[in-house]
Amino acid sequence: MDDIKYSNTQQHDHEHSRTSYDDQLDYGTPASKSDVQVTLTIDDREITVPEGTSIMRASIMAGINVPKLCATDSLEPFGSCRLCVVEIEGRRGYPASCTTPVAEGLKVHTQTSKLADIRRGTMELYISDHPLDCLTCAANGDCELQDMAGAVGLREVRYGYEGENHLKAEKDESNPYFTFDPSKCIVCSRCVRACEETQGTFALTISGRGFESKVAAGINNFLESECVSCGACVQACPTATLMEKTVIEQGTPEHSVTTTCAYCGVGCSFDAEMKGEEVIRMVPNKNGGANHGHSCVKGRFAWGYATHKDRITTPMIRKSISDPWQTVSWDEAINYAASEIQRIQSKYGKDAVGGITSSRCTNEEVYVVQKLVRAVFGSNNVDTCARVCHSPTGYGLKQTIGESAGTQTFDSVMESDVIFVIGANPTDGHPVFASQMKRRLREGAKLIIADPRAIDLVASPHVKADYHLKLQPGTNVALVSALAHVIVSEGLVNEAFVKERCEWDSFVAWRDFVALPENSPEALSLAIGVPAEELRAAARLYATGGNAAIYYGLGVTEHSQGSTMVMGIANLAMATGNIGREGVGVNPLRGQNNVQGSCDMGSMPHEFTGYRHVSDDAARALFEAAWGRPLSAEPGLRIPNMLDYAIEGSFKALYCVGEDIVQSDPNTQHVTHALESMECVIVQDLFLNETAMYAHVFFPGASFLEKSGTFTNAERRISPVRRVMTPKNGKEDWEVTAALSHALGYPMDYKHASDILDEVARLTPTFKGVSFKKLDELGSIQWPCDDEHPAGTPTMHIDEFVRGKGKFFVTKYVPTSEKVTPKYPLILTTGRILSQYNVGAQTRRTQNVAWHKEDLVEIHPHDAEERGIKENDWVGIASRAGETVLRAKISERVQPGVIYTTFHHPESGANVITTDNSDWATNCPEFKVTAVQVTRVSQLSEWQRNYQEFSDTQIAFTGKNPEANTDDRLKQKTEV
Amino acid sequence: MAVGGAAFPTGIKWNTVLGCESEQKYIVCNADEGDSGTYSDRMIMEGDPFVLIEGMTIAAIAVGATQGYIYLRSEYPHALVTLNSAIEAANQAGYLGDNVLGSGKAFHLEVRRAAGAYVCGEETSMLESLEGKRGLVRFKPPLPAIEGLFGKPTVVNNVISLASVPVILDKGAAYYANYGMGRSRGTLPIQLAGNIKHGGLVELAFGITLRELLYDFGGGSATGRPIRAVQVGGPLGAFLPESQFDTPLDYEEFTKIWAVLGHGGIVAFDDTVDMAKMARYAFEFCAIESCGKCTPCRIGSTRGAEVIDKIIAGTDTVKNIKLVRDLSDTMLNGSLCALGGMTPYPVLSAMNHFPEDFEMKKAKAAA
Repeated sequence: MDDIKYSNTQQHDHEHSRTSYDDQLDYGTPASKSDVQVTLTIDDREITVPEGTSIMRASIMAGINVPKLCATDSLEPFGSCRLCVVEIEGRRGYPASCTTPVAEGLKVHTQTSKLADIRRGTMELYISDHPLDCLTCAANGDCELQDMAGAVGLREVRYGYEGENHLKAEKDESNPYFTFDPSKCIVCSRCVRACEETQGTFALTISGRGFESKVAAGINNFLESECVSCGACVQACPTATLMEKTVIEQGTPEHSVTTTCAYCGVGCSFDAEMKGEEVIRMVPNKNGGANHGHSCVKGRFAWGYATHKDRITTPMIRKSISDPWQTVSWDEAINYAASEIQRIQSKYGKDAVGGITSSRCTNEEVYVVQKLVRAVFGSNNVDTCARVCHSPTGYGLKQTIGESAGTQTFDSVMESDVIFVIGANPTDGHPVFASQMKRRLREGAKLIIADPRAIDLVASPHVKADYHLKLQPGTNVALVSALAHVIVSEGLVNEAFVKERCEWDSFVAWRDFVALPENSPEALSLAIGVPAEELRAAARLYATGGNAAIYYGLGVTEHSQGSTMVMGIANLAMATGNIGREGVGVNPLRGQNNVQGSCDMGSMPHEFTGYRHVSDDAARALFEAAWGRPLSAEPGLRIPNMLDYAIEGSFKALYCVGEDIVQSDPNTQHVTHALESMECVIVQDLFLNETAMYAHVFFPGASFLEKSGTFTNAERRISPVRRVMTPKNGKEDWEVTAALSHALGYPMDYKHASDILDEVARLTPTFKGVSFKKLDELGSIQWPCDDEHPAGTPTMHIDEFVRGKGKFFVTKYVPTSEKVTPKYPLILTTGRILSQYNVGAQTRRTQNVAWHKEDLVEIHPHDAEERGIKENDWVGIASRAGETVLRAKISERVQPGVIYTTFHHPESGANVITTDNSDWATNCPEFKVTAVQVTRVSQLSEWQRNYQEFSDTQIAFTGKNPEANTDDRLKQKTEV
Repeated sequence: MAVGGAAFPTGIKWNTVLGCESEQKYIVCNADEGDSGTYSDRMIMEGDPFVLIEGMTIAAIAVGATQGYIYLRSEYPHALVTLNSAIEAANQAGYLGDNVLGSGKAFHLEVRRAAGAYVCGEETSMLESLEGKRGLVRFKPPLPAIEGLFGKPTVVNNVISLASVPVILDKGAAYYANYGMGRSRGTLPIQLAGNIKHGGLVELAFGITLRELLYDFGGGSATGRPIRAVQVGGPLGAFLPESQFDTPLDYEEFTKIWAVLGHGGIVAFDDTVDMAKMARYAFEFCAIESCGKCTPCRIGSTRGAEVIDKIIAGTDTVKNIKLVRDLSDTMLNGSLCALGGMTPYPVLSAMNHFPEDFEMKKAKAAA
């Protein structure tokens, strides 16, 4: 795992033929998927490859390195550099091997004196317009142009250097992470093609023609262009033209470790390229099962928070939140926390204490926290942040198809004919998967989007939704019923599938229900806000358009009927037979890196690992035996219960790991009131987050670069997180939990995170055989993993559902109680943006603020006009829960009557306005629907003013300077 | 029959397109007539647009295409008007449309204006341009006949090829084949230009010699001085010296002397011509018109002009002549399309047939 190669030419020159596929090698052109095999001879070596393979790829597979510059195997061949020319017996001329496919019996020569002349002649031209500063160049040693000049034996440039050239072209340093130096550009178009083919943004082009051809990003520069800073162009560039600023400043890395991104639920594999203990750059791993060498601005570049000055690296304690923090030793902090827990439990009972884990934690960390709560605290009072995002997914999918997880692998989308996106914004929330989806859409798959807001996918370069169902927030279940009505009443049900795979009685009940006239598109059209004919057309397309796959996000779950909607989605997929093979399925797009994993690890109050209920005697007995402690059969408190009981006075202490409930949970003032009511709040985090401002014990956490473990992404892929540097806080996070456990009299005898995963694998049937060793071998594993599927299961429910027969549920539309009124006439809905992540604790502490320095509220021009609101005005947003002030962005992305904002900045107070309405089954908050009024204002809300003061005080209590706080927008704002 | 610049037999293209299974096929007429001194396409389109429309319709019905495009040189405003009104009339009369002459077969035809790039006369960059993209050359294969316009099977023919179809169908293949010589059958519109007394268009059967054209039809040079060189086949055609004037106009015969017929443009120069400047111009033209995709053409054309400047200035003549020859070799064998690949024709033919114009500079400089 530590090997890295900076040059494609060095390693394999002397092998005669490659016996096995070397997955780090650049084969120049993508692999062919043909089953037909073709045999040809290249330089007298016989090789058999799939039909459609390029001669270049076949040559490299045969161990023959054909010179190349414009070809790379992540991109379609282009044929521009002309270095890869070959001779083919019986054919005229010197065809480019990248663009010429193999054919049976061809005799190809890659090295002849004529070819050497052509290559040297071309290279001489390249170098006649290239700076000769190799020794001081950032790409020195990592430059394909340099390699090729060596490979073709270029010894002089007879043209001289006084001719026309681009050597004085100005650098574009506008992007915070990489530099564009056009003087080094060889116009191979790899960056342009990567932007188109890999990322699908089409931000780059070649402007001018002939000698004037140059790479251009928009009109002015990269930052002002459509560029989303995904890094695909930097990755594709064969020279120093597009180069990470960190490499320019610090030089090329010396070793590399493969690990997994700690941002969204896509779970991209990265190579952390290091100099000693310092990360120089994060490079997407070509073999990453989820990302195949692609990345986004967060994973690729926004990792600087790990060493940000705001990080707190020493434990701290205090008696009261009005006291300054005391820096203490680990032992002191842990013993203090343990004594407080014991004191509180002896005074208020064992149920007065609980724990919250985070989807940002590793599986191993989550597992030890829930073990601590269940085995040591002696209750099941453990919950996780999936409570506020995907808990309805876990519930709804378990009920219908039998497993609380997405059914597909990401690659499945390449087999989809119809893609149905509901309440998700993939280009912003799951950008790397969105790129793959867009690639499939450009190939011709149809697209249906159900979203109140016009997300980028509705219309972006070469992608256009066939139907954008612009529904009213809160009417998801009406929508899914109307679609189901069309499928049932127009005879579009796949009865054969339903008969064979599903519970027939449940189907009949569902069918009869959705067939009722009250569920017809015509009847529901007004409530949904989408014309009946459009609903019908979309339903027909989903049911009859070939392989249809549903991708959904928090726009489905974060509603009062979140669980109902998840079941409604599963109903649709079962009724149309769109489940159990590639290209179809029900796919929750998980918000954070380890939502799936944290749920798998038993972090919910009612379930052990693998979704086994705590009242299940057999499961409980298994854990009691393994842990040596009696376990409660009663489900414990959920996060909202903990908060409510805290206010009531019966819940007194909380161990909160990696989660910031003050910022991310709804009705902020309710949350802070609850925290203030507790006697001991223990927070474990990288930063003094919003919740930590209410804490009595602060355990400094370790970043994903500083610890070992695993993350499980939205496609159930367990990927390794590898420690690349020593924890600045001195401990990996699981060690802190284990130390606390020890102090409470229950030693957890793990030597390494891998011991924890081994324990999970022993106790969890779907994780059988999963271990660090196996992950080292396979790279990643998609659970369920068992004796039948030792390498995992990319596609689930193939022959039968996990629960046996699929079960339909009647999904009756019950409008939310959060209704618009004359006082609160608008609906606020929330979402996220590409450059920021969740509560922003990480991304706000990176250069990503260049793209999004504050949360804005999007208002339709009509609503803005009525209220006299103009672009950039301060507007007060009031709900029945609270009030905050944000700057207005007038936009037709939202429809009249609906406003939208993001919640990445704490001072925005987006959750001051959201209410404590929640999903009936899981208590997942109704973040997506809040009735509000919006008015033009001239000052911050009262909450914000109080927040600013409180926040400054709390930061000062740590000994840090609040003036140096990164989030200085409030100060500017007060001066407005 | 083959009367396009590259002389590829039309029948083979049509057959390939016919053999492709596709829900959509296209006929594209390349009317981006850009070679210096040529205008025969314009004469046809302005004079008899219906013969082109008829030829394209026949092509469409022959291969199963339903949509055609005429990619018209932007500098042909009159042809644009004429073609559009002819297409309108043909639509009105039922010669074009959903049901061509009641045959049950559809053929729709549109004119698309080019944007003034010479390289868009190259068929793949023309297809890119028709698709609304930059006129960047595509690599082949895939052939346009298999994956052409919008990735669909496409017949791409010259105006002359398509305009010759009706007469072949009307009077039979033998009638057409009766003209010409060797494998070059039929007639070729020849355009005499440059330093010639009687410039103009003559349509003749293949087989006539250059000398007959230059002196019998053209009446010698306009200046009355001896014709020293002619460039046949546009700005990328070879320069022929007087010793080759007896070569008959025939694709094979021209190939033997490393020359091309191209689009039938002949530009004459008298004995005051400086062939080093002509060679330089060939590079300069390539530099102006290069699409910029492949390296030999993109950088090589600019460097070529610079090196010839050095030769003209008498700097390291021997070394630089060698460099031009090496560069020509790189461009000839390494370029992606004929623009960079044929620029060496005028360059090398000038150097080979008129070495004195290059070496003299050295003597001049020495003196």
